[in-house]
Amino acid sequence: MTTAHPKRRLFLAAAAATALTAVLAGCSGGGAKNGNAVQITNVSYDPTRELYQAINPAFAAAWKAKTGQDVAFRMSHGGSGKQSRAIIDGLDADVATLALAYDIDAIASKGHLLGADWQKALPDNSAPYTSTIVFLVRKGNPKGIHDWGDLVKPGVQVITPNPKTSGGARWNFLAAWAYGRKAGGSDAAAEAYVRRLFAQVPVLDSGARGSTTTFVERGIGDVLLAWENEALLSQKKLGAGQFEIVNPSLSILAEPPVAVIAENAKKHGTEAVAKAYLEYLYTPEAQVAIARNFYRPRDPQVAAQFKDQFPAIQFVTIDKDFGGWGAAQKTFFDDGGVFDRITTAK
Amino acid sequence: MSRQHSTSEGRAARLGLIALALLFLGFFLVLPLLAVFSEALKQGLGAFIDAVKNPDALAAIRLTLLIAAISVPLNMVFGVAASWAITKFRFPGRNLLVTLIDLPFSVSPVVSGLIFVLLFGANGYLGPWLAAHGVKIIFAVPGIVLATVFITFPFVARELIPLMMEQGKDDEEAAISLGANGWQTFWHVTLPNIRWGLLYGVLLCNARAMGEFGAVSVVSGHIRGETNTMPLHVEILYNEYDFVGAFAVASLLAALALVTLVVKSLLEWRFDLHSGAKH
Repeated sequence: MTTAHPKRRLFLAAAAATALTAVLAGCSGGGAKNGNAVQITNVSYDPTRELYQAINPAFAAAWKAKTGQDVAFRMSHGGSGKQSRAIIDGLDADVATLALAYDIDAIASKGHLLGADWQKALPDNSAPYTSTIVFLVRKGNPKGIHDWGDLVKPGVQVITPNPKTSGGARWNFLAAWAYGRKAGGSDAAAEAYVRRLFAQVPVLDSGARGSTTTFVERGIGDVLLAWENEALLSQKKLGAGQFEIVNPSLSILAEPPVAVIAENAKKHGTEAVAKAYLEYLYTPEAQVAIARNFYRPRDPQVAAQFKDQFPAIQFVTIDKDFGGWGAAQKTFFDDGGVFDRITTAK
Repeated sequence: MSRQHSTSEGRAARLGLIALALLFLGFFLVLPLLAVFSEALKQGLGAFIDAVKNPDALAAIRLTLLIAAISVPLNMVFGVAASWAITKFRFPGRNLLVTLIDLPFSVSPVVSGLIFVLLFGANGYLGPWLAAHGVKIIFAVPGIVLATVFITFPFVARELIPLMMEQGKDDEEAAISLGANGWQTFWHVTLPNIRWGLLYGVLLCNARAMGEFGAVSVVSGHIRGETNTMPLHVEILYNEYDFVGAFAVASLLAALALVTLVVKSLLEWRFDLHSGAKH
């Protein structure tokens, strides 16, 4: 029995240490809300981190000057579809800044957290910035890729994520479809073109960043279909010169929308500041930050200022050319849609 | 006699096996570990320290320690209680309990996370009631704790059950026949007998609690500086091309694991001195 005592003491000490850690860790953290401060939770998709890091402090300063109130931000980033799901499941977003209108539509229809006509609340379909799909090729463009037609040449490997799971991949698919339809003059020609295109895809990753990693880090494929902002960012982050951006003759105008999640904002008492935050995105100041972070600005003057960075490309749009996201989703990506047809009947 | 014979004859085989083991160890354990640390220090110690001192990284470290500090003691108490009940008593449903304890091992972590979303999410079974009472579970710290407790549930019990099964209940019966009550029996007889298994179980439990990714990712909501644990933060930094930051946090996570191992060795060494190396 005597030997039990030192052991016992050690166990007690260990238990006490654990409890102490818990208490110490518990003391820190947890945001305080007092009268003259307000907190906004912005739930966004993956590539907007740098953008909102630039926007948030600037808006906080502008809001403080106007109202005297301090604004703190909670940022959450993830795949657009996943983030939309999380808001429906109860993630406390005051504003959603996602990749596709479809994902915010889902919050309206499945979560009933904002009105179905949310897209009319702000100018330009509630999309204060746009982007498009371009090609990223390896240095020197060894396969000579200049337009969509070159992607289906024999021996060219195309990297794009899976449209079933990735928002970005749906834009890729629809841009390819638009080219096929324009080149061949019919939907049948478009289907034949995307069928050939997807036959040249060696790996279908589940998300856009996964595809970028496949192409950039693992060195697989000759051309990556990428968001323009992602392509410009990866060039900047990974060193220019390793890759080149090729602008196709035709692409799709991607409009990542923003919206106040009305029910949550009402609950938190943040309606005014959340609305002002999203409106701020349309100011010239914010538009410059947007352009610097590789999104195409809406403001014509800012756009003119950055025109070297964003060459003119002929755009199709989801609303005019595909009848909106609801219709496009149903025709192309739902089970039994065009994408299933072209990938199963190989 | 025959045993000695075989060992002397198999010297070449033995050396070969040792070399193979070391090669494997070097290739699959030491090399990745070194890679993590060298990537983290690639741009110098200054960049490493900046990455760790980043408020989001500090918040992730704090959250990870908090989660471990809550879930490990809980599972320690549960593990001891469950293995005590299972090995010292016979009762109906005992085998079912043993099987249930293993459940978190056999379920994919993603599914474990989704279970909690299904239960506590805004459209889940308990979600509307929780929302009406202003209780936040999912996409907040309580949800992460729940998911971690679930995932690390079996570690302590799985270590203790075979050990206590093997030890039987003779010692406890002797103690009780000598007049000890239940608590005294546990404290003076059972606990000293199981201390190594318990320690090992707690360490494994702790390692997993700090390192869990899948289940936590589902319930976290990924709010920077608030609900990102270290593993989630590493993935985010990596995806943002911040390789130094990602590997700096990853190396801290690895260092925490190494510290755990060192603490274990130290404790073993101290106990060996005290108890005359009998275990």
